[in-house]
Amino acid sequence: MLGREAIRKQRRDRRKENLGNKASTTEKDTGLPYPHRLNFYDTPPKDEVSLEEFEQWAIDRLRVLGEIETCLFRNNTTPEIDATLRKLLDKYLPLNSNLSIPDSERSPRRFAGLTSERKKDHYSHFILRLAFARTEDLRTRFTRTETILFRHRFTTDDTTERAEFMNSLELNSETVGSDEKAELAEELKAVLISGSKMPAEKARQLFEQEQYLKVEWERVSNLVESRKVFLRKGNAYVPNSMLLSLVMAEFTKRLDDSLIKTARALPRLDEDDRLIPILNHLSKGFTAPEYNSSASPGALGGDAITAAQIDGLSANFPLCMKNLHTAVRRDKHLRHFGRLQYGLFLKGIGLTIDEALLFWRQAFSKFTDDQFNKEYRYNIRHTYGLQGAGRNYKPFSCQQILMDHPPGTGESHGCPYRHFSVENLTLAMSALMGVEDRSVVSGVKQDVAAKKYHLACNRVFEHLHEKELKREKDAGGGGGGGGGGGGRETIIHPNEYFDRSWSLKNPGKKGENTNGGATQIKDEDVTMS
Amino acid sequence: MAPHKTTPDGDGDDTMQDIDDMQVDSVVTDEKIAVKNEDEEELEHMFDDDLDMVDGSSAYKNSGGKTNAAAISDILSASPSDPEVMLQFYSRLFPWRQLFRWLNHSELPSTDFANREFAFTLHNEAYLRYQCYPTFETLRRDVLKLNPSRFEIGPVYSARPRDRKQLPKGSFKPLEKELVFDIDLTDYDEIRTCCSKTKICIKCWQFVTMAIKVVDVALRDDFGFEHILWVYSGRRGAHAWVCDKKARKLDDAKRRAIAAYFEVVKGGSQSGKKVNLDRPLHPHIRRSHDILRDDFKRNILEDQDPFRTEKQSERLLQLLPDRQLNDALREKWDSTIERSSSDKWKDIDSLAESGASKTVIPKVLLEHKQDIILEYTYPRLDAEVSKHLNHLLKSPFVVHPGTGKVCVPIDVSKVDEFDPDDVPTVVQLLKEIDQWKNPVKKEEDGDNTTSRVSDIEKTSLKPYHDLFSRFVQRLLNAEKPLQIKVEDTKY
Repeated sequence: MLGREAIRKQRRDRRKENLGNKASTTEKDTGLPYPHRLNFYDTPPKDEVSLEEFEQWAIDRLRVLGEIETCLFRNNTTPEIDATLRKLLDKYLPLNSNLSIPDSERSPRRFAGLTSERKKDHYSHFILRLAFARTEDLRTRFTRTETILFRHRFTTDDTTERAEFMNSLELNSETVGSDEKAELAEELKAVLISGSKMPAEKARQLFEQEQYLKVEWERVSNLVESRKVFLRKGNAYVPNSMLLSLVMAEFTKRLDDSLIKTARALPRLDEDDRLIPILNHLSKGFTAPEYNSSASPGALGGDAITAAQIDGLSANFPLCMKNLHTAVRRDKHLRHFGRLQYGLFLKGIGLTIDEALLFWRQAFSKFTDDQFNKEYRYNIRHTYGLQGAGRNYKPFSCQQILMDHPPGTGESHGCPYRHFSVENLTLAMSALMGVEDRSVVSGVKQDVAAKKYHLACNRVFEHLHEKELKREKDAGGGGGGGGGGGGRETIIHPNEYFDRSWSLKNPGKKGENTNGGATQIKDEDVTMS
Repeated sequence: MAPHKTTPDGDGDDTMQDIDDMQVDSVVTDEKIAVKNEDEEELEHMFDDDLDMVDGSSAYKNSGGKTNAAAISDILSASPSDPEVMLQFYSRLFPWRQLFRWLNHSELPSTDFANREFAFTLHNEAYLRYQCYPTFETLRRDVLKLNPSRFEIGPVYSARPRDRKQLPKGSFKPLEKELVFDIDLTDYDEIRTCCSKTKICIKCWQFVTMAIKVVDVALRDDFGFEHILWVYSGRRGAHAWVCDKKARKLDDAKRRAIAAYFEVVKGGSQSGKKVNLDRPLHPHIRRSHDILRDDFKRNILEDQDPFRTEKQSERLLQLLPDRQLNDALREKWDSTIERSSSDKWKDIDSLAESGASKTVIPKVLLEHKQDIILEYTYPRLDAEVSKHLNHLLKSPFVVHPGTGKVCVPIDVSKVDEFDPDDVPTVVQLLKEIDQWKNPVKKEEDGDNTTSRVSDIEKTSLKPYHDLFSRFVQRLLNAEKPLQIKVEDTKY
């Protein structure tokens, strides 16, 4: 096999790097390499694999992770993700329980099937680590998707097996004694049943059955973040029912730490040209669903966009941008994240830095030139990568707008579907977008209640472009959908909304960027050949 | 993708922009670094008690050889941001040594101080980042030379910030910084009626007082932090520096978790009701509510009177749950002229009890009233400041360029007594030095006694300085409990 040498070499190097690590803890007296179905991936693989396996296993896992990420973008709920994963995992990464083999028949021979499943799971995880350790963005996304995969498996695991697995993790925690539990009963109970609206008697029973662990709050910072635990003097009181969070946090933490170590070791990886191309290719298959509209002048039908055109073009803006545009016209000012979200969007539709400075200067009319130059000029140039670190920032995707910086008081950025109250959203849809159609408004309300903000935005888009979409469909697809597959897929980027809206409303003026879907939202299937 | 990391809001006047190194970087040449390295000799001065109160006459030589008295009276009429005034302040009043001990966590110079970033805003608005100093004397010398209008403190890095460009990529990174909080009255503009924008009075200062009380107790009782320094930000806000070792080592994710733990008032200008909490309340919220309930009556209903006009009381009605009750309230308020906010607040319960609404559920009404209390009193923190390890924050004891007030520490045990109006301005302090000297001279007591009194002691900055010194001493004791303490005659 051609790749043998390379693999072997890589294994040697990895082994050398891992010499400092303690001996594997997974190998217990059972004599099995993988006694548990679940794996915390603390120990790197040591055996050889063929180059074909190397690649195929990685691709299979990548399919799963890619699908998880798609679910996240769609804002799917945990049960929805679980349903998707169940099918997908059966096909690409099956992991069966020890229970599939009766006690009496347990032997390494009988376990061979399980072992090979677990080996594939183990190896593919570590191969993808190599591929995704290199940048912070990839690391974050890898950890996020891997954690969800782990959660899925953890929650579907058999209870006894899960308990065995938990024991093998050796988490530092202290059980809360009954005296302390009684002393803190009121507080602990309040946190336990918060938001559940359960009757007092049921709450009392639930609390009585509950056992608590005391851990340093840092270990469950995600529970602290959402105020799901009671805190006292730096300790978090975690109910048994929330152990999942504890395990997940631990999983994320260990993975984060090891990815950083891997990233540091990567340049020293003495590798010939066999694995690196595969690894590079793999990480490309996991590209973010970012929308690459061409940020060059002349984006629209060959004409450069000028500051003066923005009022007119705002008819094609999604609600979030229309809202920011209205806010800046009304207040003659936007706060930081508003400027960032709107400024990058404008950059994305093709506003050059000179025009951008002109636009903002005119928009912030209540400031003097001096104030403007002092406070904002740098900032605007910074978003164009002309100042400071020189990074060419990309326009925010819906995902970033939804998740990253919820608007605070006096701020206008964010996603109106998510961050407005229902009343204000209805008002804004009517005032800013002219959407008053009852069925659309009530549809949007349902979407919002179900936290499907994308759907709400797309619903409005489809309503506003009903005629054009129909015409496009009658003309036989093509058009705005470009090569991206039908033009019916969900819009997940404000700039995509704009581009599609503009090209639908201005047929025949196709510029460079107007082939919408062709600029690729996301390669849903990992195409490897 | 993290543009926020490099460009926080330029609107807040207290938080410092964490922008990347700017063009002015070259002002500080490498030669200067070389000079700095010779400062090892300063070690022996470390134990001179009065180094941070260097006698004005010697320090003043820097700026042109005028005599003290003449210089002070020259500048008394000057604006607080006058460079000359600032130079006097830095050379005579700024507590350099305590600042050093605070950031160094020990008496002996260590990397905690040497790898700490300082960032200066010069009088021409140039912004110098990544400055660092082995000891407070070198810091002091540079400040006297550059005479910044203010300066910020950033994180401790893995190496000296000045050397960052010589280091291999990725090996220069922030390691530690105090966990910081920023309370700014701009975030209260929609609910304060007495002042707006940069104006502030004792009435709206109560928002800050309430915030400090709630945050301080939670940091201590919930998170177990002990060394929390509250500092007046010089105009309309306050900063907290949580200095415990554990707090300094928190990564961004943990800082984010704490910031979110504190966040209760949510949503932008279009969000409607901004406090929507699950019941039963989390113990932290419960405690906050109990602290704030009485303050709400006094500071909000009486002082801010936020529901007096018809438009304002509509806002109150929007936050209440029951339509029938609202109609009854509206009717009552329309027919009586000028009911105060306190009256209107009482009307809610009295009308509800009188059966004005058949649909009102007492428990739901109570919960909504709790939410309203929190919406009007619960701390509104600028969370971005707290979330990032590498966010810079204005140093304590610098002068706010707009007001001339010194950013003095606030004694949290007497936070109710703190009035920003009492905080001395830099011009006032220099005047105090000037006026203090005269009576002594008349007595002809001889020069020795006069020169023994440090400048700080002649001014109203003294109590704030002592407060800071005590805080620093407690922090140092906690850092090295077994170390033999250096005799410090100042206390």
